Amino acid sequence: MRLGVPRTTGADPRLVAVTPDAARRLAELGHEVVVEPGAGDGARLPAHEYVAAGARVADRADVWASDVVVTLHPPGPGEVDLLRTGAVLVSQLAPATNPDLLAALAARGVTALALDAVPRISRAQALDVLSALSNVAGYRAVVEAAEEFGGMFTGQVTAAGSTPPARVFVVGAGVAGLAAIGTAVSLGAEVRAFDVRPEAAEQIESLGARVVRAEDAVQQVSADGYASAQSADQEAAALRAYARESAEADVVITTALVRGTAPTTITRAMLDAMRPGSVVVDLAAPGGGNCEATVPGQRVVTDRGVVVLGYTDLAARLPQHSSRLLGTVMVNLVTLLTPAKDGRLVLDLDDPVVRGMTAVHEGAVTWPPPPVAVSAAPPPPPPEPAPAAAAPADAESERRRRSMRRTVLGALGAVAVGLLVAASPPEAVGHLTVFALAVVVGFYVISNVTHALHTPLMAQTNAISGIIMVGALLQIGDSSPVVTALAVVAAALASVNVFGGFLVTRRMLGMFRRDVPADGGPGGGAA
Amino acid sequence: MTVTSVALAAYVVAGLLFVLSLAGLSAQESARRGTVLGMVAMGLAVVATVALALERSERPWPVTAGLILLVLVVGAAVGSWRARRVEMTQMPELIALLHSFVGLAAVLVGYGSFLAEPTGGGGDTLHRVEVYLGVLIGAVTFTGSVVAFGKLSGRLPSAPLTLPGRHALNLLALVASAALLAWFVAADDVASGLLPLVLATLVALALGWHLVAAIGGGDMPVVVSMLNSYSGWAAAAAGFTLGNDLLIITGALVGASGAILSYLMCRAMNRSFWSVVLGGFGAGAAGGPPGGGSPETGEVHETSPDEVAALLTAARSVVVVPGYGMAVAKAQHPVADLAERLRARGVTVRFGVHPVAGRLPGHMNVLLAEARVPYDVVLGMEEVNPDLPATDVVLVIGANDTVNPAAQDDPASPIAGMPVIEAWKARDVVVFKRSLATGYAGVQNPLFFRENTRMLFGDAREQVDKIVQAL
Repeated sequence: MRLGVPRTTGADPRLVAVTPDAARRLAELGHEVVVEPGAGDGARLPAHEYVAAGARVADRADVWASDVVVTLHPPGPGEVDLLRTGAVLVSQLAPATNPDLLAALAARGVTALALDAVPRISRAQALDVLSALSNVAGYRAVVEAAEEFGGMFTGQVTAAGSTPPARVFVVGAGVAGLAAIGTAVSLGAEVRAFDVRPEAAEQIESLGARVVRAEDAVQQVSADGYASAQSADQEAAALRAYARESAEADVVITTALVRGTAPTTITRAMLDAMRPGSVVVDLAAPGGGNCEATVPGQRVVTDRGVVVLGYTDLAARLPQHSSRLLGTVMVNLVTLLTPAKDGRLVLDLDDPVVRGMTAVHEGAVTWPPPPVAVSAAPPPPPPEPAPAAAAPADAESERRRRSMRRTVLGALGAVAVGLLVAASPPEAVGHLTVFALAVVVGFYVISNVTHALHTPLMAQTNAISGIIMVGALLQIGDSSPVVTALAVVAAALASVNVFGGFLVTRRMLGMFRRDVPADGGPGGGAA
Repeated sequence: MTVTSVALAAYVVAGLLFVLSLAGLSAQESARRGTVLGMVAMGLAVVATVALALERSERPWPVTAGLILLVLVVGAAVGSWRARRVEMTQMPELIALLHSFVGLAAVLVGYGSFLAEPTGGGGDTLHRVEVYLGVLIGAVTFTGSVVAFGKLSGRLPSAPLTLPGRHALNLLALVASAALLAWFVAADDVASGLLPLVLATLVALALGWHLVAAIGGGDMPVVVSMLNSYSGWAAAAAGFTLGNDLLIITGALVGASGAILSYLMCRAMNRSFWSVVLGGFGAGAAGGPPGGGSPETGEVHETSPDEVAALLTAARSVVVVPGYGMAVAKAQHPVADLAERLRARGVTVRFGVHPVAGRLPGHMNVLLAEARVPYDVVLGMEEVNPDLPATDVVLVIGANDTVNPAAQDDPASPIAGMPVIEAWKARDVVVFKRSLATGYAGVQNPLFFRENTRMLFGDAREQVDKIVQAL
């Protein structure tokens, strides 16, 4: 099928959905790739590279009239009209907030796949444009902040005095937030981060940042990997945490997007409480912004000298890598849609990934998709009070039953031993006493041996069990030659044990050593 | 004060020294002293016994002395030759072989004691019972150890032998032994008692063979310590036969210690002692669907030595989890070398050893000690598990069932509930393995299919060598 790659217009003209490398792989799937002139210019990808990759350069109308149109941003009104009836459009659509566009696409009779509605399941991660671009945006947000901030991120102690590390506060530890945390930490800043989802705390800490806690603001573990809207109490608690942290921060990076909309996290009052020269980077600017002073797409300086960056094109500011990631995502998606690798597109609506992305299907709006059993992290087992309460009771009765059984068995054993001793002739009783005591001593002596010494212990007990040699030696002097012969063989075998067992134990124990101090070890340069 | 009374006094001292010797072996610091005490005790016992034997000798004492000298020289030569030559990876075989010697010696001593009975008139019942038990236990120990030796050294297939009605066969052997005991005790003189004793010996030999043949290779740690225990009981039984308290004390010590070790091993596998001893484990799972409890398949991420080297270079903390595969590949020296190099670069390297890793209790510790890994970085499972979530890379070298998450996640798994090393909690896991075959328990390992797991196929020793070179 013909797959069109239009030149990206609007906010991010630098990005392109298909790189030459991706075009080559799409061609391998049997598709004819058609590229609008200048599509790759923003990412420094000249047209001749596309041609070399097997793509064709064609004019704008031609590209939009393809069977499949792959682009990054929602089409404008003029572009929707260029689509052919029955075509497939792949792009970001913001289907939750853009019903008019969906209606227009449906009226046009096309099928539209929303790149920004990929279900969050492991299998679909390779299709997730939002994650791919958020990652880049998070990185770039720190770079932008570093540019605006009048100091170094890392703390230094020099002869000319010392500088403290910059303090960075990140709101929301999603993909972008985590990327920002990782970047800021690697620049040497002291990073603190907040997220309403309790499962995010571990991820924050794993990147070397501290978790800001606001106990009342913590939600349940999310079932689908996205944060959900907060209750009033949670929100108030979170705002208190934001106020406390932002007042002390040099850089605040906000990434809170709840299902496409941006809640307010940094109020004007909080901004005014920040030090002059501090920087706020609002990654949620495309959704209206987390900061009250944010103007989407603009750099704003408040009266008190706090810089608020509302750039909506952070990913596009790194066009080469962003386009490369986009291209890979497109290839992954088209691979999923071309199961036979024969250039024929198959939309399997039973596949939860495909179904989740399909916002318009053959002229009918199919948004929202039915909720699929998606889960970013396995949800915790739902607490079931009844079995939980029953279990301890079971365990208790089981334990009691066992101890009962042990007592009975012990009593029976004692009676059996008693009968045995009583039935034995008197001269054996002494031996039995010795035997019983030795068994008990053996149990106590051995029961606290460390695992590491089990093998030496076995070698040693092996040597010791060669004590049977004593018995054999005593028989050697017997008058019967047969007995003597048997005893000689027995003693020889047992003495192999004695010598072999002790020597091998010694050898093993000689190998166990404690860590020697570094200066006693071989020099590193000797190798 | 006669020779006898002095000898008996020496026996008492030797018995106490044996107790102290085993007590010493329970900690690293006192272990060497424990061995020395054991040697002193054995020396004392042998000297006292030789004196006693010469005094009681029924033929000219120089002949007896010559025979004893011959025996000791042979034993010393063979024993020290084996002890010096054995490789640490072959330790399980050596110990199993030595157990068989004790078993055989116990049988021979029992026969000797029986043949030396005063002729004429019915035998002393008590003495007959003691002889019988000594021979029986000795024979079971002997063949059991021979089979264990065969399995461990690869001369016999390590898969469990499951004869139809094997429990019934064992029971039959016990019943037959009881019947033969009655016949043996009732026999009038030595000549007529010999037949039941020989028959009982044959039954016991067969029983020992069958018992151990039914147990799979992976349960060998338990089997070896169980046989260790048997060899102790055999010595104790010989002590009863001869009325020798030193033999009784020492045999009981060894028997009890072997029993405790077996119990500890079983607990580490979350299996009851009887389920191990009666054998057959692993056969059922292997015969069923290849997935065991849940057919777990998925994508495996393969990696290369260079990539692993890069991963290790970037890591701050590394835990190595060795298993029987490391012993098979004799990879302990390259692994120790790798650990040493990483430590020199400031990487925290530790070893996490599962209690039943290998084919002998504490097998991995001995191998790592041989490769000069300091014992304070070799941690047990309980010590290393809490640290794993904060660990960057876990290298699983030749371990399988001991790192299987199914033991915790999958109640239907045959190994459900077995404590395991939670390798999957680390950031990255690299599994060194020959192939995707299942481990001893015949259970597929979901660890291999995890997102954060990389598989490095091939001979562990060669692969580790390549990583060392890449570093």
